[in-house]
Amino acid sequence: MKVLRDTGLVFNRYLLLFLRNPAWVVIQVVQPLLYLILFAPLLKSIAAMPGFPPGGAYNVFVPGLLVQLGLFGATSVGFGLISDLRFGIVERMRVTPLSRLSMLLGRALRDVVTLLVQALIIVLCSLPFGLSLHPLGVVVMLALLALIGLGFASISYALALRLKSEDAYAPLVFTATLPLLLLSGVLLPMSLAPAWLRAVADANPLSYAVDAGRQIFQDHIGDADVIKGLAIMAVLALLAVAAAARSFSRAVA
Amino acid sequence: MNVIETSGLRRTFSTRRGRVEAVAGVDLRVEAGEIFGFLGPNGAGKTTTLRMLCTLLEPSGGEALVAGHDLRRGAARVRERIGYVGQQGGSDPQVTGRAELVFQGRAYGMGRREAVSRAAELVRALQLEEVADRRAGTYSGGQRRRLDIAMGMAHSPQLLFLDEPTTGLDPQSRAHLWEEVRRLRERGVTVFLTTHYLDEADALCDRLAIIDQGRIVSEGTPDQLKRQVAGDVVTLGLTGGPETALTLLRGQSFVREGTTGEGLLRLYVDRGETAMPAILRTLDAAGLELETISLARPSLDDVFLRQTGRSLRDRAA
Repeated sequence: MKVLRDTGLVFNRYLLLFLRNPAWVVIQVVQPLLYLILFAPLLKSIAAMPGFPPGGAYNVFVPGLLVQLGLFGATSVGFGLISDLRFGIVERMRVTPLSRLSMLLGRALRDVVTLLVQALIIVLCSLPFGLSLHPLGVVVMLALLALIGLGFASISYALALRLKSEDAYAPLVFTATLPLLLLSGVLLPMSLAPAWLRAVADANPLSYAVDAGRQIFQDHIGDADVIKGLAIMAVLALLAVAAAARSFSRAVA
Repeated sequence: MNVIETSGLRRTFSTRRGRVEAVAGVDLRVEAGEIFGFLGPNGAGKTTTLRMLCTLLEPSGGEALVAGHDLRRGAARVRERIGYVGQQGGSDPQVTGRAELVFQGRAYGMGRREAVSRAAELVRALQLEEVADRRAGTYSGGQRRRLDIAMGMAHSPQLLFLDEPTTGLDPQSRAHLWEEVRRLRERGVTVFLTTHYLDEADALCDRLAIIDQGRIVSEGTPDQLKRQVAGDVVTLGLTGGPETALTLLRGQSFVREGTTGEGLLRLYVDRGETAMPAILRTLDAAGLELETISLARPSLDDVFLRQTGRSLRDRAA
């Protein structure tokens, strides 16, 4: 299986490069940890409000935080690719017989692995605050995050290949991720939202991921919302991988 | 045997100002075992042509056979048989040279052990022993270029593409690189390189094509090209500009051809020594004031000038 072999090759290359700068794992975790320490306590007092989902403030907040981590982490990977483009690394690989799909998957899977490590750190740090979670829930949540990471990392790579410069990539990514996050109920559940806002949020695939995450953290692993969230993220990931692999085979670096 | 054969190879780009024809129908024959140079100013279409031949860019039209395979239908086969060294090189500054070479070998399908031993071979062949285990970001310009070439040779291709291989190198590193390229030819590798350096094209290439505005304007060995210009070149600077003098001198029997450009008049003559006094007399009789005059054997720049009306030397700086 050439694709598997090539994917492993590219994955190893980028994982090793990442491990050379382990500081990145920590830097990307700092922000969600700050939310956990400085923002989540506010939720304790409003968790009793009507419309706030049951299960305790942290079981409602942490899944959203993890989805946010996934989105931020995955959309920042495009910067690394742009730097690779500048050094001619993408071009050099495109002249070899390396599978184009592997050039994408090797990178994106590395991104997924780092995301999962970061997510585990957040979950572990949340336990002392009062998060309670079944181990199986952790596994399902990580699977959901893996799909989010794979999908959004692929989208980032496709965009980076098209835009080729940080100057174009950064504003696009920053303006696109904020509404995506706000409209997914990451910070506060969409059940508190007025009807029109909820209707807009329904069009955002990420809100299904957050809903699924919240159900998982309520120990409702078999819930229809969980299946729906996983399915939507899986379809998104599949489409994004296909589009990004195409970009790798056509990119003009 | 031809390693590269193209006919009518074209590439157009869509830009905001409309369609731009970067390569407007290129016919090329590159023979096995030669160093073939593609000479032209920046933006002439050299890199675009090379990128098409390397499968990095899809042609808009035309046909091309590279290393025995059709560029459009057999891109994967072409990739297995060619090496490519781009302008930016392609090594990661965070990765050691040796690790890059091993990865490159594996990208061409080698097993781990084979790739490691091939990397060691290349490190020796390109004299990278001292720096092989350091990160590529610490290399000098010449060392990085040798690493780039080593990466391009990872799978021992019979055809190697070099895009502006010596741009930005100091004279000593350039000379080393030229030797490296000649050594490749000795091993039977065909080298296709682009350059905007006249001396490089002249000294290094067995044959070359001069490209300007997407078209090949001349092709042959450096000597053949220079002979096309024929005879010597007399360059004149005139106080009143070159036009009047051109009209006047063009009719003279000893002048084969005259061109103007950059405020100077160039006359192509059979024998410069006898032509010069005659030129001076003619100008004097017409009352035209001469500022400078010089005589030169033709260079590749004169070939370029004659074909395009512009000098490559000034533009390449």
